[in-house]
Amino acid sequence: MTDQQPMVRFDNVSKRYGALTVLDGLTLDIGRGEKVSIIGPSGSGKTTVLRMLMTLETINDGVIWVEGEPLTHMERNGRLVPADLAHIRKIRAKIGMVFQSFNLFPHMTAMQNCIEAPITVLGMKRAEAEARAAELLDMVGLSQKKDHYPSQLSGGQQQRVAIARSCAMRPKIMLFDEVTSALDPELVGEVLEVIRKLGREHDLTMLMVTHQMGFAREFSDRVCFFHAGKICEQGPPGELFGAPKNERTRQFLNAVLEAG
Amino acid sequence: MIWDWNFTFEILPKLAGAALVTIEATLLGFAIAATLGLLVAVARIAFPRSAWGISVVVELVRSTPLLIQIFFLYFVFPKFGVMLDAFTAGVLAIGVHYAAYCSEVYRAGFDNIPRGQWEASIALNLSSWTTLRDIIVPQAIPPIVPALGNYLVALFKETPLLSAIAVLELMQTAKIIGSETFRYTEPITLVGLFFLAMSLVSAALIKALEIMLDRRMAR
Repeated sequence: MTDQQPMVRFDNVSKRYGALTVLDGLTLDIGRGEKVSIIGPSGSGKTTVLRMLMTLETINDGVIWVEGEPLTHMERNGRLVPADLAHIRKIRAKIGMVFQSFNLFPHMTAMQNCIEAPITVLGMKRAEAEARAAELLDMVGLSQKKDHYPSQLSGGQQQRVAIARSCAMRPKIMLFDEVTSALDPELVGEVLEVIRKLGREHDLTMLMVTHQMGFAREFSDRVCFFHAGKICEQGPPGELFGAPKNERTRQFLNAVLEAG
Repeated sequence: MIWDWNFTFEILPKLAGAALVTIEATLLGFAIAATLGLLVAVARIAFPRSAWGISVVVELVRSTPLLIQIFFLYFVFPKFGVMLDAFTAGVLAIGVHYAAYCSEVYRAGFDNIPRGQWEASIALNLSSWTTLRDIIVPQAIPPIVPALGNYLVALFKETPLLSAIAVLELMQTAKIIGSETFRYTEPITLVGLFFLAMSLVSAALIKALEIMLDRRMAR
């Protein structure tokens, strides 16, 4: 039955900062292996969706489910209560995230960045972790740079290391938070290429917030347009980009495509 | 004659022995200060609810004179059944006093770590302990080595306070020599010179360590 279950389910999830409602009753199912892009104007809550799923933010209402198990809550005597850290760690092991600002560990080489978590969290032997990290660094085209420190790498290379580091934990769900926004334009392509490869080679569920409309259109199975903390419109990229039904979607796409 | 070289050489071995006690007190005191200070700074992060209580204790320790704290440990604690010999009480007081200062230095070091480092650690599902040990502390320490080094030298220069509870460190030994021979010039001068030399040496060592760490971080 697990194949019928969505990989991720946001069930009426809200997030507020004081009086400001960032997300308002979000309900969204993401299927196993599905590639979903989130687009929308800044302040629409799209990054918050990823941050809540990665448990970087707490939620105020609702429940987030991963493979049929609650992430933000746990079951106690048949009732859902807020999850404790042990439960959160168990479930979030299925999720990896790549950040806009890379967030590599600056005091570690590319290789060390990629083996830290497999060794300390998964309990992998060093040799095994290094072999696997070498494969991943090869996949992102950086096997030559494994002993380099982040400061010795370009932005695009750092982001590719960050993707390899995240993959090393074998997540089932990968979150990409505007991963090309901090890059010089000529470096965007190499990072998108790695994400494309990842989408092909792995049966990964991918959820990305992006401003790269061309990439979202070509890569995703589904695109969600967020506005003011809600999903305003969603659908296959062809439909959403080709014939948006909602007036706000149209306005946003016009503005973005003109600028781009 | 104001300075007597024969007398100088006569008291030198005695002072050298006392210098070892001073160095010992410094190193032990700083070991306590550096470790306890780190623990306090970590506790502040790990138990946000206790942060207020910790601040109060740190402020209390920083805002009262070290000499009073030494007296407290040595003369007042026995009233509560805690008997400490003079050296232990003195070293403990110095260590705790400077731990309060060091904890603030560590805290500044932690505050300088970008949020993204914590978030990446969460995304990789690292435990809190691993995050601190492998990610946060190794990045937080190098920039604060100079500040910690300053406290090492400051702590060292405060060890003569231990003479107040008759620990046989340099100052106490010099005073005893003075009162026995009625010659203070040589012993006190020698003690001063010793502190000067040791302070300069530690400052140079810290500088060297700083340069080494800078080079490592600049990679």
